[in-house]
Amino acid sequence: MTHVLIVGAGPAGIRAAETLVAAGLCPTVVDEGSRAGGQIYRRPPEGFARPPRTLYGSEADKATRLHDVFDGLVRDRRIAYHPETSVLGLHDGLAQVLGPAGVTSLPYDHLIIATGATDRLAPVPGWQVAGVYSLGAAQIALKAQGVALGRRLVLAGSGPLLTLVAAQLLDAGAEVAAVLDTAPWHAQLWGGMRMALARPFVTLRGLRLRARLGSHYRAGVTLTAIESDGTGPNAIIWRDARGRVQRTECDTVALGWHLRAETVLADLAGARFAWSDTWAQWLPETDETGRAGAGLYLAGDGMSLRGADGAEIGGRLAARACLADLGYPTDTVAQRHDLRRARRMHRFAKGVAKAFPWPSHMVRALPDDTVLCRCEGITASELRAALHMSGCEANRAKSLSRVGMGRCQGRYCQAAGSEVMAAACGAHPAQMGRLRAQPPTRPVTLAALAARTDTQD
Amino acid sequence: MRGNDPRTGRVQRLAELGRANLAFEFDGRAVSGLAGDTVLTAVLATFPDLRAAEFGPERRAGFCLMGACQDCWLWQEDGPRVRACSTPLRTGMRLRSTPPDGWPGALQ
Ligand code: FES
Repeated sequence: MTHVLIVGAGPAGIRAAETLVAAGLCPTVVDEGSRAGGQIYRRPPEGFARPPRTLYGSEADKATRLHDVFDGLVRDRRIAYHPETSVLGLHDGLAQVLGPAGVTSLPYDHLIIATGATDRLAPVPGWQVAGVYSLGAAQIALKAQGVALGRRLVLAGSGPLLTLVAAQLLDAGAEVAAVLDTAPWHAQLWGGMRMALARPFVTLRGLRLRARLGSHYRAGVTLTAIESDGTGPNAIIWRDARGRVQRTECDTVALGWHLRAETVLADLAGARFAWSDTWAQWLPETDETGRAGAGLYLAGDGMSLRGADGAEIGGRLAARACLADLGYPTDTVAQRHDLRRARRMHRFAKGVAKAFPWPSHMVRALPDDTVLCRCEGITASELRAALHMSGCEANRAKSLSRVGMGRCQGRYCQAAGSEVMAAACGAHPAQMGRLRAQPPTRPVTLAALAARTDTQD
Repeated sequence: MRGNDPRTGRVQRLAELGRANLAFEFDGRAVSGLAGDTVLTAVLATFPDLRAAEFGPERRAGFCLMGACQDCWLWQEDGPRVRACSTPLRTGMRLRSTPPDGWPGALQ
């Protein structure tokens, strides 16, 4: 009996499940959310009243279609669905998962990983205080809970999400004091042209959103510090494109520099990685359909940061690759068509990466007392000092400085950590190596592990 | 900034106000949230933060809201710790910003 396990029920996981079911398989789907949809099409809890148009804007129809597809698969019992469940580790064809019933094992012989992405963070001096969030957090709070994370917000960083979240918050009636983009205009123009060539309508929609921000929006800024009193931020200090120092009062700051692929499970499953100069991060190596090894497939932002539409395509591509490897007849015309569309998404995504680059200069110049690791309060100087003993290698520097060892497991400090190391070593971040993933991927008590109720049928 | 007033909550409710009230306790104080709130939303609607940081003088109020950073753990009077951003509020929850007595490895 074939066991296909899909991890993640965002756009990629949902389309992968749908494709496998259409071929007659009954995949298992594990998802951390309580309702399928992923982050960008995240659904509020039952009983919330805002219509899809309010929640998802121009993407409302896509969101509704995806939710309906998945709800149909669950209702008709075409998949084995485990919501609120995290994969802790992968070993020998068994996924150790933590769900409402505790720790169990799920067997698989083919694995489709669609774990999406998180915000990519760069530290800003003072960002360790309560009231500094990721941009994604600001969006989740609004979409899934109907709240703003403060009374006067500054959104800062770069990437499509920056403009989107700002527009959504303004629409909902939040007070947004400023939208500070570190991407300079010339980069945005250059990248924007590539974006427009690949997907003109999507690019135009982004420009319209941006226009709605008016004078709130500033490009080419440098973030200097977040000032706070005892309980949280009270202002952000920044320099505008002409170098003038500015101060904006606020009680909340949301930060994010586009996305960071969530690749921990791909790593544990044995995928190989390569440094991507485009994305300034390590990404798993796959073929065009997402095949990353024998019986291992990746789809969505966790494979390549192509956004939600790209994730739907990626989910179908990976599922068809899996079906082909299992000896099922596949729709080669649809596969070719999706491959063409995926290439277009990829060209667009590369434009996005050019338009909204990782702020490496800002990170390299971080003052010594800046907290790099938000989990454990480890500063840039502590990492710099550790390099004398560890040498210029990310995993050794992690062991000595603990940057990357805290409870987020490096998700929010690795990018900045390798940039700071590379600057100190006079090298490129790619030469610092890649932090290896370590199970368990989420915190779990020893009691839960000891009481595991394995169902290895 | 009003959001930094230690007597008021951090988050501001903008929509979905027609939900039922749920009573719960935070550090011994009786408060209420709304049905469908996460623990994080419910606590931060009344309080400025969740707890003290372990490794610095700051406070903590969550960071990613998607279960990835583990910044938002809280304790309960009885029962396991909860990750506030991904735990739905339930009536009668007795939440704490510090570990209860006898918590193994309690930091203080
Ligand atoms: S806020 Fe990040 S895990 Fe809850």
